[in-house]
Amino acid sequence: MKKVSRENLDALFAAIAEAKKLYLPVADGTDEKRGVKYSVWTPEAKYAAEAVNTVRSAKDFFFPQVENMVNFKVNGKKIEVDDIRTECEDFVIFGVRACDAASFKILDSVYLSEPVDTYYQNRREHGVVMTMSCSKPSETCFCSVFGIDAAEPAGDVSCWLTDDAVLMQANTEKGEALLASLPMLEDAADDAAEESKAKTKAILEKLPLKNLSTDSFGGDKLMELFSSDKWASLSEACLGCGTCTFVCPTCQCYDIRDYDTGHGVQRFRCWDSCMYADFTKTAGGQPRPTQLERFRQRFMHKLVYYPANNDGVFGCVGCGRCMKSCPISMNIVKVMKTLGEGNA
Amino acid sequence: MKQEALIPKVGVVTDIRQDTPDVKTFRVVGLDGNKLFEHMPGQCAMVSIPGIGEGMFSITSSPTNKEFMEFSIKKCGCLTSWLHMMDVGQEVTVRGPLGKNFPVETVPTPENGNYGLKGKDLLFIAGGIGLAPLRSVINYCRDKKRENPGAYGSLHIIYGSRSKDDLVDYQEILDEWSQDCKVDLTIDREQEGWDGHVGFIPNYVKELKPDLNRTVLICGPPIMIKFTLDGLKELGFQEEQVYTTMELRMKCGIGKCGRCNIGDKYVCKDGPVFRFDELSELPNEY
Amino acid sequence: MQSEMMKRASELLADGTVVRVLGWKNGEFVYDPTPAVFDSAEALEKDFVYHDFCGSNLSKYLIKLSKLEGKTLVFLKPCDSYSFNQLLTEHRIKRENVYIIGVPCDGKLDPDKVREAGAEGILGITTDGDTVKAETMYGEVSVSKKDCLLERCEVCKSHKVVVYDEMLGENGEENPESGRFDMVAKLEAMTPEERFAFWRGELSRCIRCNACRNICPACSCEQCVFDNPASGVSQKAAADSFEENMFHIIRAFHVAGRCTDCGECSRVCPQHIPLHLLNRKFIKDINTYYGEYQAGAEEGSRAPLVNFTKEDCEPNVVYKGGSK
Repeated sequence: MKKVSRENLDALFAAIAEAKKLYLPVADGTDEKRGVKYSVWTPEAKYAAEAVNTVRSAKDFFFPQVENMVNFKVNGKKIEVDDIRTECEDFVIFGVRACDAASFKILDSVYLSEPVDTYYQNRREHGVVMTMSCSKPSETCFCSVFGIDAAEPAGDVSCWLTDDAVLMQANTEKGEALLASLPMLEDAADDAAEESKAKTKAILEKLPLKNLSTDSFGGDKLMELFSSDKWASLSEACLGCGTCTFVCPTCQCYDIRDYDTGHGVQRFRCWDSCMYADFTKTAGGQPRPTQLERFRQRFMHKLVYYPANNDGVFGCVGCGRCMKSCPISMNIVKVMKTLGEGNA
Repeated sequence: MKQEALIPKVGVVTDIRQDTPDVKTFRVVGLDGNKLFEHMPGQCAMVSIPGIGEGMFSITSSPTNKEFMEFSIKKCGCLTSWLHMMDVGQEVTVRGPLGKNFPVETVPTPENGNYGLKGKDLLFIAGGIGLAPLRSVINYCRDKKRENPGAYGSLHIIYGSRSKDDLVDYQEILDEWSQDCKVDLTIDREQEGWDGHVGFIPNYVKELKPDLNRTVLICGPPIMIKFTLDGLKELGFQEEQVYTTMELRMKCGIGKCGRCNIGDKYVCKDGPVFRFDELSELPNEY
Repeated sequence: MQSEMMKRASELLADGTVVRVLGWKNGEFVYDPTPAVFDSAEALEKDFVYHDFCGSNLSKYLIKLSKLEGKTLVFLKPCDSYSFNQLLTEHRIKRENVYIIGVPCDGKLDPDKVREAGAEGILGITTDGDTVKAETMYGEVSVSKKDCLLERCEVCKSHKVVVYDEMLGENGEENPESGRFDMVAKLEAMTPEERFAFWRGELSRCIRCNACRNICPACSCEQCVFDNPASGVSQKAAADSFEENMFHIIRAFHVAGRCTDCGECSRVCPQHIPLHLLNRKFIKDINTYYGEYQAGAEEGSRAPLVNFTKEDCEPNVVYKGGSK
């Protein structure tokens, strides 16, 4: 285990940023109080160590909102394909929480399974994830429900905050290499983080959603849950916006569109949401005609379909973002409690 | 960099056949004059005109055709309207082959749950443009039978459309398929110049009472599939005997973008070919 | 107020005046009630709530609900009632199928602001006069209520429920001195470069989740132009910064003259973009050039932008930024 004193943290950031682009959670520049977001580190940037999570998730680094995939030159009847992919630069994300780190594994199982998504793979291979143990979880946190330990975050390097230092433990070769390149790191005892972990665990014990039950869900409950008559009332107030989808670290659906620049066509992909009416709409018909079906799809996918294909792992990491940002305050916790009623 | 499934190849349209008032069949080859890729019957490809859009279409030609691929496309929405305006020589982009094929080379055994078509008596039931994906299988089986008469049993085709003019591949059916298959055609309403059967496919299937030992392949509009399946069950067919191919909105074609997800399946990757006992375990969202 | 509301709702259900009640359903925490339909006294008893976090505007739901058989009882706060009237004016709600109980409102709270005041890990919140007390996992936090009001409530334009069948409690008054245009005036005072930088900073955060549009009572089109593939602007993501700006600016144009300034767009924005400022700029300009007009104040009122009068100021006066 390595450590750096808290006074030296900025020097550490500077050293990382010298070699690689470094991103970390900072208070949103536009208005001090309007949430925290990942930003490129600059000497002025102040690491928001206390904020439990960013408004947008860390999936943006590997699965950005929009990305150009391929360009076409169209000339009369002729089409030229321009493969614009380039190797991306190495980068480091510091301060990723355990929930977001777990979400990468969920995205991996989709994008890195054959045929591999090379756009995602490219960024994944060049990104070093430095996680940070949670020191002040929110009441909306429920990662432990999905077997995630906020005191033992995964990632290439795991970090813990103590009163006077940041402790670091490399978990992968990428992480080892990064830590080895930072001369200001000092050695620390292997159990140096235990006190910090214990503190976090004590808080986790007090979380109001820690006993949320997943017993009623899983791949084997497909038709039973799909046919539940509770979806009607659960979905009745849903606006059909994409907020939950877009702030969700595990939502991975995308749309592919063409943009005619006037000098050629850019084919790009962008986030899409199963909550949107046109997600499944074709010239031939609409298999999900009302918001009920669309709403059901999103939660069934996370709680049933995804686990059915992934050894029972749920497609939710309990980060609580949807709880904080849904315009009508409907979210996966309410869905799980309502559907689980009577089964617990 | 590694090959990327989302980056297409360029092909050129070398022939266009007007099949029906709203269906055209496009012949596509690579820019070098060769086939763009090999496929198996039932598999699909993403065809696109950059700037207009990309859509999933079943490859209607048989893999035994070594010269070109064909797509039979019904004019329906934005992209297909554009495709219908193409002239010979137009280049298009193609990604594929995508999806799971009909198990034409799989011998059904008790161990594999009797999954497979090899060696079986086959019944093809198609409605309208639904013949497109089955044409690939029909021609594949016919060609394979010529090489090895035991490859498949007898082939029975029941095909119907709104009118005589809407029968896709009508000339091919008359000139070729009727030579080595049992062919029964029907149209929805009486029409001048038609002395064949008139009536909807599900009823016609029940009237014809096909052999119960046949393995069935159905494709057509959802409502036709639904009633035909009901009819087949009434006759005594089992879900395990009936295969179909599905269509949902698709974008990536490789099981990632999420929109063709039904239950734990992705139609583009785990389908589009399904056997009905698989479908009966999925939510009815198609 | 909550128990009075439940009592009246139960009575109206029992005597057959209404067959369903649109209100707010208790959430997981104190601050996250969800709009919900109740069809029995038992359902009301179990989950109905009305408190400081019932900020969501229920009017838009009535587009659908008023087309169902039987009357729907709805509780409207003052600002919701303006939206309701505007929807009536636009013939989107069947008035005869709605029974309105007006409820007074002295400002609703923004849970994000309570959190920003230092209350992380909120377990309970109680309001005592002007003080909001949050019991949290990390101790108790007291905040003054005015510091955690929703933006629209900080500058509340009216405490008056403008349309109702009956009123619970005392109806309030309009509040012309709300100061709601102060920020618009500040923006107007900026140089074009400063203003552009301000809006680029705000709008560049947009994730095109459509929450602002879907919550907006003025956005009641069956299909939005931004969802219509034939429109050429149906991209789900902005292809460039120009489009990023345009989505919101076009939307502001589409609701100009019809926006009642209910503030829902800014309340729901997950990225905290002050979208209401775009709409307020239009309202302020309409007031300046065509005389004071409040959309939704009266059912059937003709908005200045769709109502030509000889008194309308000349286009060149508008162009020069003068007033009539």
